[in-house]
Amino acid sequence: MVSLDAHIKLRLGALDLDAKIAVADGEVVAIVGPNGSGKTSVMRALAGLVPLSGGRIVLDDEVLEDPSRQFRVPAERRPVGFVFQDYLLFPHMSALENVAFGLRCRGMPRGQARDRAREWLQRMGLASHMTARPRALSGGQAQRVALARALATDPRLLLLDEPTAALDAGAKVELRREIRRHLATFSGARLLVTHDPLEAATLADRLVVLEAGRVVQVGTPAEVSARPRSQYVAELIGINLLRGRAEGNRVVLAAGGSLIVATERRGEVFAMIHPRTVALHTREPEGSPRNVWREKVRSLDLEGSRVRVGLDGEVLLVAEVTPAAVAELGLAEGEVIWASLKATEVTIYPA
Amino acid sequence: MRSPARLRYCLALVACIAMIATACSGNRVKTSSSSSASATPTSTVTETATPSVTVTATPTPTVSASASATPKPSGSPSATPKPSASPSVSSLSGSANIFAAASLTGAFNKIKADFIALNPKVNLTMNYNGSGSLVTQIQNGAPADVFASADGDNMNKLSGTGKIDFPQNFADNLLEIVVQQNNPKHIATLADLARPDVSVVLGDPASVPAGKYAKQALAAAGVSVTPKSLELNVTAVTQKIALQEADAGIVYVTDVKASVAAGQFVDGVPIPPAQNIVAVYPIGVLKSSPNQAVAQAFVAYVKSPAGQATLASFGFLPPS
Amino acid sequence: MKLASVVKPPREVGATSRWPPLALAVPFVLALSFVVLPLAGLLWKAPWSHVVGDLATSTVGTALRLSLVCSLGAMAISALLGIPLAWVLARVDIPGRSLLRALTMLPMVLPPVVGGVALLLAFGRNGLVGQWLYKATGYSLPFTTAGAMMAEAFVAMPFLVLTVEAGLRSADRRLEDAAATLGANRWTTFRRVTIPMVAPSLFAGLALAWARALGEFGATITFAGNFPGTTQTVPLAVYVALESQPEVAIVLSLLLLALSIVVLVSLRDRWFPTR
Repeated sequence: MVSLDAHIKLRLGALDLDAKIAVADGEVVAIVGPNGSGKTSVMRALAGLVPLSGGRIVLDDEVLEDPSRQFRVPAERRPVGFVFQDYLLFPHMSALENVAFGLRCRGMPRGQARDRAREWLQRMGLASHMTARPRALSGGQAQRVALARALATDPRLLLLDEPTAALDAGAKVELRREIRRHLATFSGARLLVTHDPLEAATLADRLVVLEAGRVVQVGTPAEVSARPRSQYVAELIGINLLRGRAEGNRVVLAAGGSLIVATERRGEVFAMIHPRTVALHTREPEGSPRNVWREKVRSLDLEGSRVRVGLDGEVLLVAEVTPAAVAELGLAEGEVIWASLKATEVTIYPA
Repeated sequence: MRSPARLRYCLALVACIAMIATACSGNRVKTSSSSSASATPTSTVTETATPSVTVTATPTPTVSASASATPKPSGSPSATPKPSASPSVSSLSGSANIFAAASLTGAFNKIKADFIALNPKVNLTMNYNGSGSLVTQIQNGAPADVFASADGDNMNKLSGTGKIDFPQNFADNLLEIVVQQNNPKHIATLADLARPDVSVVLGDPASVPAGKYAKQALAAAGVSVTPKSLELNVTAVTQKIALQEADAGIVYVTDVKASVAAGQFVDGVPIPPAQNIVAVYPIGVLKSSPNQAVAQAFVAYVKSPAGQATLASFGFLPPS
Repeated sequence: MKLASVVKPPREVGATSRWPPLALAVPFVLALSFVVLPLAGLLWKAPWSHVVGDLATSTVGTALRLSLVCSLGAMAISALLGIPLAWVLARVDIPGRSLLRALTMLPMVLPPVVGGVALLLAFGRNGLVGQWLYKATGYSLPFTTAGAMMAEAFVAMPFLVLTVEAGLRSADRRLEDAAATLGANRWTTFRRVTIPMVAPSLFAGLALAWARALGEFGATITFAGNFPGTTQTVPLAVYVALESQPEVAIVLSLLLLALSIVVLVSLRDRWFPTR
């Protein structure tokens, strides 16, 4: 039983978007992707803020938009709740009035709307901030008001566009918890856009990876991180993703160079290499690793207790070593270094 | 702020204020034309008579720092008025500002041209406006050298206070009803102005002599008229008629003549002498004028046969 | 740096200093004098002993009442016509929009008397539009209070359009998106979200327009004429009184000055949207 079945086709400036998004009953779907890939445009199109040029939007068996039939339900009549990255609370209204706004627009009498709004704010733990103006609220509080405002109208589709992006780390965690709680009790389709892999992992049941206006991968967070099919996800989870054509044990890489792998295959493949499996040497090593490359150090980034070494040469790679190793090998930007990789450490899957 | 810095600071401010004060004290330069440091009267009617859409830009009253601050010029030539002989002395040089009632526009422009033709080294600047406005400007320090008024009351405001010593009458004028071309409302007498279908515009009696005389004439004739507007100078009255915004007004004979000559779509309806009021025009040289020679020469010319002939050609009567 | 300045008490970086830099102080003093000295002159020459008596005269009362009626009316006209105009200029992408904006600003740069003449030629008894009005109803705008109101509105409206357009432009359009997602139709959004957002600009625009209308002279006298009780607004009355009753002129000027100060002070910096 699918709640939301949408095929979004539109052109906005340089963006050419053609994506199919489906959200099943009871699941939370997160759209991830690089900037400019069209994530926000998908949300805005679903909300009715930007018209489609092609495709269709169907929510709970009700057609919201069908350009081929010149049919379009305007934004104000769609049962959609939207939580914006910048909260977008009405500055001249109190928190209570903000939450009551949607209800009042739908014809609810003032007293009743305010009562409902009060309930929602209490549920959010903001009972003491009901009369506060948005500028007096902290980021986390404001976003909670925004969430209450979106939920108060009982929408059938809840859209959250990077809801924690504007918050600091502590507020992020808190809000995420709050969102999780409310998403759990929300009956309707839930769609989330996020940049944060942790957020995607904790909140979403399914991920949709959007790149340059096209969906490149769909799957659970586990599936997507186990077998990423896009550079975006690869960078997000911190692994090397190479693309090439497999001919038996050798993979000819699209970017140049080749790779020796353990499994035999034919056809277009993705090759996944975890940075920690790449070993670095000051001299050309001789040993069991089948893959040995001469590289130049492109970058050095300290992350936690590891150093990520960007390599440029026969193959573009990122290696992960300890700071001690860096010191010992005398690694610096521009230095020539040898990298080795065991064929068994490479994971291959069809592209 | 430390004391030396503060001292420097305050000295600079004091220097500034001193600069402003000297600038405001309005030194009148002998050979100045219309741009002097003190208050400049904004001119109204353009010197050349232009047709109907001339704008009578009513000036905002001018205030200078203080009239009493105007320093007396040094070395001015003799202040005695020259006898009225024709000044064919072409070595006469200098400038003068002539403030004249609006009704004198045409006549004085011709007189100016003739005067300059006789005295090529002379520079004249004309300022035409309602006599009352001109008096106010002069009282507030406007640099007039000669004042020609449309009535004695306004001249008295200046001669009474000693600003003008020897005013002389140089012309008379009569009132006339001005109507739209071809007199569509068939106005023939003063009494017609009281008709409900006739809209009348007059000069403001408080400041425009023609307006004051018009009010007197109407009162004497027993005609009760509620004008639509009290214009601030007599030319504005004619303008309103020319633009067909009003049906009739009372102006001078000379105004009607000038308007018709300029091609404006107006006509005149004469007022019989019994009901008419004779306006006496005085002219005088300002005592404070630094350009006595030119000013006196101009007045003399106005009173000379040549000047009188020019005035007559514009419809003025000889002075009574 | 001199040793003496080391001993200066520490100042926060970016704090506004109490004394302006010398290079700025000079133009500042000049500018201040330019504005303040005429007002000071007015106060200095005021016939304080007569003020109360003069205020009670009919000339002053009539002119004042008329001025208030006309200026408030002009403000209302400016608002009724100006707000939709500002909306179109700010939000609608019509061809020739910059030309339209320049035209609406024209009365601001046009000498007021020229504006008055233009109004006469358009709305006078014989004007482009006015002649039809006259032929149909026998009514013409010149010499009427409505005419004075119109002349004032003509010069005042650009001020309102300018400020409201600026306010609309700087208003966050995304808030209107948010309102749409919550179910607000365009009218509700306009009423409950847009207008409150531009309220400060709107008030500033109204105040500016009203003040401009109150002080208008050239267009009023050219288009509407000068008659006590009908079209003689305070500025006209001041001009007329200046020749015959200078004291009354000064008292009227003081009145306008006081009124203007009250309005300006109550606006207190809320000229343009502050963010």
